[in-house]
Amino acid sequence: MAKLTIDERVLDVDPQLTVIQAAAANGIEIPHFCWHPKLSVAGNCRMCLVEVEKMPKLAIACATQVAEGMVVRTKSDRVIKARNAVMEFLLINHPLDCPICDEAGECKLQDYAYKYSIGYSRFDEDKVHKPKRVELGPRVLLDVERCIMCSRCVRFADEVARQPVLTFTQRGTHVVLTTFPETQLDNRYSMNVVEICPVGALTSRDFRFKSRVWEMSSTDTICAGCSRGCNMNMWVRNNEILRLTPRHNEDVNSYWMCDDGRLKTFPWVNSPRRLSGPLVRKDGQLLETGWDEAIAKAATDLRLFRKGEVAAIGSPFATNEDNYAFQKVMRENLGVKFLDFVEHIVDGDEDDLLIRADKTPNARGARAVGVRPASPSEGLPAILKGISGGSIKALYVLEDNIASDPKIREVLTNLDLLIVHAHERNETTEMADVVFSASTYAEKHGTFVNFQGRVQRIRAAIATLEQDRALDGFAMSRWDKFASQNDKWGKGPRRDARPSWRIVTALGAALGAKAKFQTSEDVFREITERVPEFKGLTFMSVGIRGHMLAARQAAAKPVSVT
Amino acid sequence: MGSNGQIIRKKDLNFWDRLYIPEILKGLVLTFRQMFKPEITVQFPEERFTPPAQFRGRPVLVEENGVERCVACGLCSRVCPALAIEVQASETELAKERFPIKFEINMVRCIFCGFCEEVCPEEAIIMSNEYLLVFNNQQEAVFGKDKLLKSAAEMHDRLEFLRQHR
Repeated sequence: MAKLTIDERVLDVDPQLTVIQAAAANGIEIPHFCWHPKLSVAGNCRMCLVEVEKMPKLAIACATQVAEGMVVRTKSDRVIKARNAVMEFLLINHPLDCPICDEAGECKLQDYAYKYSIGYSRFDEDKVHKPKRVELGPRVLLDVERCIMCSRCVRFADEVARQPVLTFTQRGTHVVLTTFPETQLDNRYSMNVVEICPVGALTSRDFRFKSRVWEMSSTDTICAGCSRGCNMNMWVRNNEILRLTPRHNEDVNSYWMCDDGRLKTFPWVNSPRRLSGPLVRKDGQLLETGWDEAIAKAATDLRLFRKGEVAAIGSPFATNEDNYAFQKVMRENLGVKFLDFVEHIVDGDEDDLLIRADKTPNARGARAVGVRPASPSEGLPAILKGISGGSIKALYVLEDNIASDPKIREVLTNLDLLIVHAHERNETTEMADVVFSASTYAEKHGTFVNFQGRVQRIRAAIATLEQDRALDGFAMSRWDKFASQNDKWGKGPRRDARPSWRIVTALGAALGAKAKFQTSEDVFREITERVPEFKGLTFMSVGIRGHMLAARQAAAKPVSVT
Repeated sequence: MGSNGQIIRKKDLNFWDRLYIPEILKGLVLTFRQMFKPEITVQFPEERFTPPAQFRGRPVLVEENGVERCVACGLCSRVCPALAIEVQASETELAKERFPIKFEINMVRCIFCGFCEEVCPEEAIIMSNEYLLVFNNQQEAVFGKDKLLKSAAEMHDRLEFLRQHR
């Protein structure tokens, strides 16, 4: 350990660190553009200049290694003067188009212009003009004028995404960021450059001009795109998800997230095709009905079958709470033995950064909380065989479109009764007798278990008909806080959906069980009492970083991200 | 009158004050003088008053060359203390890249403070001289782009006022 003094504060730090790392670890902010904790050091923005005692000139904190007894000043007159000069140079050719720039509000250059700049420009010549709206790839758009040449994106493409297609051409004020001829930035992590870009040069084509950042609320939650379970922020305005951005968690996804996770895991939540309430089949037609009627109908219909004739299929897309409550009601109230879930593994579609072949967020959790057959003779193959053979006549399916597989679809035609929890009309609901409209992962609280065995919390960001943003503790934007009855912008589309654990708890009550779960936390509490792997956990202790399952703690391996 | 109903006589009245008549005449002179001055009363609603350029009437969007100046930056919406303004941006092929596909001001919420005009980086939303606003229901009070857009020529006086005094 080395003794380092920053602004009169004496710190004891690892001598392997650079000054900026040591400062960041101790909560001291040194302004920077090109330095990123997970990328190599470029040292080209010169914003992190600091004064180091006994060094003749100012040094850049990102490339200066800590030494024993080093004395660093980040707020001396020389440093402030140099910083002002750097800001002035950066702003010479940077266009003043914050009003139309998507980055405005979360822009490093904008923030530093307030914090570290002199506040006016002495430059009155014409700014250099460069190409705008350049399509760098299918998902990323470049505005070259706004670029401050920090090279973060170039290093990201080289080092993290390992698709070295970005480079700078020309010199001086004419520098242009571009892709090599006949290549484009189309790797599966390309949209991370939008986040790491300190200005609005790289923007998401999907989110372009959709909303200003200060108009949205942001909720800490988990991506449901694959079993990695990347930590992310869900940005919502007017009860509609507008974008997803990665949230730093060194043990899971570091600072990154894949493009599929960002773009494919939310449009279906906003979709107008979502179910608008429970459906019951009458005379061959699925008709909308009330919750009480649908639950009563499901209960009466299920009672018509003997114990061995009912099978249940849980869901790796649903939360641990949903799966636990589901298997509990199935086992205890219906005596179901045939209980399993369908895996969704795309062989070979994985890499060593984030993407996993298992495309469900909770397969491990579903198994852990009891959605698994007691013996192999009661698993999924046995269920399908039983349905084909006629020994299983009723099936209860939780939040999974199992009939999208033509083979399973064929088998399901033999059923006498099919009850489904679904988000929207799909192949499975078309065959169902009772359909419950279930809340999506964006509308409920709960936990997932990722492939490492890490329990992670999802939080509700979209309000359903029965929820209230203020009363139920949702993240609130200014609009959400002040909307009144007459304001259109306070009333985004709300769906009549309920979390699956609540639906099955109500069903259990109709079948004679004592209904006792009031919140998802109640269900989780019972899981921690009954399932040894979850022992001792609470929603609080899972927190925003997640917590390893007890039995697997030793086997956990941190993510390998350079 | 005093607080308990007694009549209080002023002690310092001089002789002429106490005579009473000259004071009456003084008042009548003032009244008669006004009768020969030009009228300033406006016979509303038959007659309409046109406010000067510095008047803050309802906000409007300035239209220039057939398109709104507005780039849908949302600052007016953010600064509005009454949350009257809702803007939804979208992309345009024009050089300004961005335009409001939806721009709505809820005139029931608007308090005519003029912050939107002050914050606008494009001089796109300005206060007009219109003060006659009548609605029959809440929906009618939400002004969309159709009611908000006014040509720059029409808004010349206000724009000139802003140029000189801002």
